[in-house]
Amino acid sequence: MNALELADVSVRINQAQILHGVSFTAPKNQVTALLGRNGVGKSSTLKAIMSLYSPTGSIKLNGTELIGTPTHAIAASGVAYVPEDREIFATLSVKENLSLASRSKISSEKMSRVFEIFPDLSTRQEQRAGTLSGGQQQMLSLSRALLNDNQILLVDEPTKGLAPKLVTEVADALAEVAKRETMILVEQNLALVKRIAQKIVVMDQGKIIFEGAPEKLSDSVWVQSVLGVSNRGKHS
Amino acid sequence: MSTFLLMTITGIGLGALYFLVASGLTLIYGLMGVLNFAHGAFLSIGAFVGLWFATSIMKEATIPNFILAMIVGGLAAGFFALLMEQLLITRLYDRHIDQVLVTVGVALVVGAVLGGWFGNDLRLFPTPLWFLTGINFFGAIIPADRIIYIATAVGLLIGNWALLRFTRIGLIIRAGVENRNMVNALGINVRRAFSTVFFLGGFAAGIGGVLVSVYSSGVSPLIAGTYLIYGFVVVVIGGMGSVTGSFVAAMLIGVIKQFANYYVTGLGDFVIALLLAGVLLVRPQGLFGKRIS
Repeated sequence: MNALELADVSVRINQAQILHGVSFTAPKNQVTALLGRNGVGKSSTLKAIMSLYSPTGSIKLNGTELIGTPTHAIAASGVAYVPEDREIFATLSVKENLSLASRSKISSEKMSRVFEIFPDLSTRQEQRAGTLSGGQQQMLSLSRALLNDNQILLVDEPTKGLAPKLVTEVADALAEVAKRETMILVEQNLALVKRIAQKIVVMDQGKIIFEGAPEKLSDSVWVQSVLGVSNRGKHS
Repeated sequence: MSTFLLMTITGIGLGALYFLVASGLTLIYGLMGVLNFAHGAFLSIGAFVGLWFATSIMKEATIPNFILAMIVGGLAAGFFALLMEQLLITRLYDRHIDQVLVTVGVALVVGAVLGGWFGNDLRLFPTPLWFLTGINFFGAIIPADRIIYIATAVGLLIGNWALLRFTRIGLIIRAGVENRNMVNALGINVRRAFSTVFFLGGFAAGIGGVLVSVYSSGVSPLIAGTYLIYGFVVVVIGGMGSVTGSFVAAMLIGVIKQFANYYVTGLGDFVIALLLAGVLLVRPQGLFGKRIS
């Protein structure tokens, strides 16, 4: 059973064709990782799903067409988005960021679930989000997404720009989240992907060039050439 | 000393009027990126509807009647702003040139309609007698109407602050000023916040319109122009999107202008132009604005 189905999705921005007929599926209760070099269209695919770009083709969430639906309605239908640059609201406090993200009154149960995964945030609720470290901001960005009952979670490069120690923390948190959420994960860290993803989709120049199980990505030479990363890489 | 106090307090009173115009402008620009040249029209509509209410409905110029006329003028301007946003601005988000053309067009049409209907001559606004009295403040005789301007501006600032600080719509507005797309991506229809801000901006301008009518000794479609220009100057100096910045800048401008005009008649506008140029050179984002990279 698929949570999300993309069929022949294309995006054009000004004169540039960003996505060329992207088609893939994200199965329910699994993590689907989107891989590829920088600039191949991974983040654009997530933005197309969120209607932050205007895509053509078909994007179905549990059978319901999303193309033409405004961003806020897509999010309200259960698509949670954790953007590449975190995009937390820097002038708001941690608590206000969370309160804004919650589509219903935040229950203490949901809050404690979030703080269980990200204990660092529980002691910083009154702190301005802009003063958090990069890792904490990433955790806040993920927490915002976890406060609601989601159909699918779109997470864009959660470990980008983080120190190795923070990469481990965020990776552990993602592994915890992956146990209960359907997720599409854009990530360059292959070790993290292999740790939590059940399905891999590889993109190149705005197209899908591979879709399958992580075990099939065994040819390190091929992986290295297409992804620009080492298959042997381990997250610390 | 009494002259210093008089100049300062009357300057703050003048600044209060500028703030009433600028607070809506700065929120509308900060949240929506809309340069609203029709904001002066909100001021005129507030003034004329307030005048109609004060002369046709209430008849007697008492303080409660005046406050009611001010609220009615504010509501009329607020609803007009909401109507304009729904009919025109919603179609023009992110089209800045079109926004300028359309809002200038609305300002011209409203000015022409009001001018055609009421004429361009000043029409006296029924003012409670207490407004014409003076209050002794440490030896300085302060015109009582200035106290009303200051109290209204402070009330509006506190109201704005409370709305932004303690309500969900305020939280959405604050977040929207920072990152509109992300607010949408959290499942919130940020357009509703836009409409609220347009209404509030119009409401504040409408109240300002009634007070400006008292300050200018009458209502005319032509009075909005000057205040709109000062509204923009306040927004630029205070920092676009910052209500607190607008408050501080408005007070600063009011006081400086008052002192400059006291020492050399007519020098006030020139000094404010110098101040604007100085701020643009030294701190282009304004006193409380965020630097745009």
